[in-house]
Amino acid sequence: MTSVAMIEQTSGKGAARAAARRRKRGSVGSANRRPGWVTYAILAVVLLISAYPIYYSFLLGSSDAGSIARNPIPSFIPAEHFFDNVSRVLNSDIQFWKALSNSLIVAVVTSVSVVFFSTLAGYSFSKLRFRGRRQLLVFVIATMAVPTQLGIVPLFIVMSQLGWTGKLVAVIVPSMVTAFGVFWMTQYLESALPYELIEAARVDGCSMISTFWHIALPAARPAAAMLALFTFVGSWTQFFWPFIVLGSSNPTLPVAVQLLQASYFKDYSLILAGVTLSTIPLILVFALAGRHLVSGIMQGAVKG
Amino acid sequence: MAVISPPELDPELDRAPRRIAMRQRLGRWDVKLSPYLYVSPFFIVFAIVGLFPLAYTAYVSLHKWHLIGGKGAFVGFENYAYVLAQPNFWIGLRNTFSIFLLSSVPQVIIALVLAVVLNNNIRAKTFWRMGVLLPYVVAPVAVALIFSKMFADSPTGLINTLLGTVGIDAIRWHAGVLSSHVAIATMVDFRWTGYNTLILLAAMQAVPSDLYEAAVLDGANRFRQFISITVPMLRPTIIFVVITSTIGGLQIFDEARMFDQTGQGGADRQWMTVTMYIYELGWGAQKSFGRAAAVAWILFLIILLIGLMNFWFTQRIASSGTTAGKKKKR
Repeated sequence: MTSVAMIEQTSGKGAARAAARRRKRGSVGSANRRPGWVTYAILAVVLLISAYPIYYSFLLGSSDAGSIARNPIPSFIPAEHFFDNVSRVLNSDIQFWKALSNSLIVAVVTSVSVVFFSTLAGYSFSKLRFRGRRQLLVFVIATMAVPTQLGIVPLFIVMSQLGWTGKLVAVIVPSMVTAFGVFWMTQYLESALPYELIEAARVDGCSMISTFWHIALPAARPAAAMLALFTFVGSWTQFFWPFIVLGSSNPTLPVAVQLLQASYFKDYSLILAGVTLSTIPLILVFALAGRHLVSGIMQGAVKG
Repeated sequence: MAVISPPELDPELDRAPRRIAMRQRLGRWDVKLSPYLYVSPFFIVFAIVGLFPLAYTAYVSLHKWHLIGGKGAFVGFENYAYVLAQPNFWIGLRNTFSIFLLSSVPQVIIALVLAVVLNNNIRAKTFWRMGVLLPYVVAPVAVALIFSKMFADSPTGLINTLLGTVGIDAIRWHAGVLSSHVAIATMVDFRWTGYNTLILLAAMQAVPSDLYEAAVLDGANRFRQFISITVPMLRPTIIFVVITSTIGGLQIFDEARMFDQTGQGGADRQWMTVTMYIYELGWGAQKSFGRAAAVAWILFLIILLIGLMNFWFTQRIASSGTTAGKKKKR
């Protein structure tokens, strides 16, 4: 909700207009002044704390086991062994490439599926009229509070009865559509998709599904992109369920990286080279699309 | 369509289908069934991975049930009795709560402060916001491996060296109960504080600036504004952050499991969490799904209880607060 709308609700239209005018002149509130250097110093420290552990794993990943034992705080410049360590990771028995492609498959399929089904449901909840609409939506939101992790025992039983243990479907199917996704797309389409467009399509003889396909899906694109990004990150970084249902024979990346510690627990140059290697893809995604991730979180919070 | 069923929702929704239906008599069933069809994937998936497992967990917990051997005899509450008699269960419960509190309390406070800082009219907003969010894209497993090295027990570990420069003796992070909990809580906070900061920041930006202007006129300083305006107006968002971190915090597994190479939670189970205990019962030496399911159900009840307490507590605060009621409108 914008602050203008907020003021309109609380103090009437006149106040909102006055506030908008004041904001345009950019004066009274202290929020409009540029902050001093203390603010930037705090932010710089926070940035350092955010980034350093990631860089630290690269630093250790680029040195050799001997120098790690000698230097607790590695020099800020990476040593020269990174590619040696990487090749050792790749030649170890953790199946790095397989894990990478598994993670990619799971993350991409999950993202596409979550976006599609969530948009479908969000379109229905926000723009179509049916009995029980509100109750069903409330139910969807309520399910967000149910910790699905606790169902792992029966979920595992189901998966093994289906013969899916060790297969990627076992990871993909449970996260094909999420309550968060449905809620997110409902919120977005509520405001972003005008009824006139839907009506026009229906008048032109579109069936329900082609109206969705040609009108709702394109309109949902910005929110869909963010949802895809979130799902991608969430699915790439998840560990518990893939660890249980896939095991080390057909791992995703976090499952594989975890094996490094189990088998090479003294050799931190190797382990952290593997960690760095597994983190690089998402750091790249973040560098390219991080601003959307940020604005996505910001939007979701305001609307939620 | 709309003619048949009584109007109940907002007028815009009423208008749309009526016109459509007049034009599209043939597509009646299409119009009638499609909405249900479109929302069904969520309900199907949730039924399979959420609702059914919850009930089935209860069923499994009442039986002898082996990972490979499958279902055995009905044993009633024997699994529960067994589990509740295990010291490790209580240790796991203690650890879970301790790690959860040690991580979530500082997390919410730091996130609030950071959000206030970011809420200034700073240059390069997006850059700083991205910087705060960066740890969120690192997998918990990776975070755990990095931090368990940083929290090495030896005096030459990174954190211990840093502590040494300010005159604090080396801490054996993996040996103690509290010290290992602090280390694991740090990992959790590293990954999640930025995320929560942005959620709180978004809510902060929705606070009308009039309130602050009035406070300035009344002579309130920045701290006073924070306590009397920002925090009350943010109450619903803070509650949201607290609840989500409760649900996540009580299920903590990844970080604690990766804290050493054996994944047992330490020699004396100093940092073994309830979820790790569930894993150990079900997939460890015992392979007893019945007992694992019993622990899962106990944990579920605890989360439910805390959720209800949260709700009750916040209701009380909300009704006693003056500004909070207005914010509820959204």
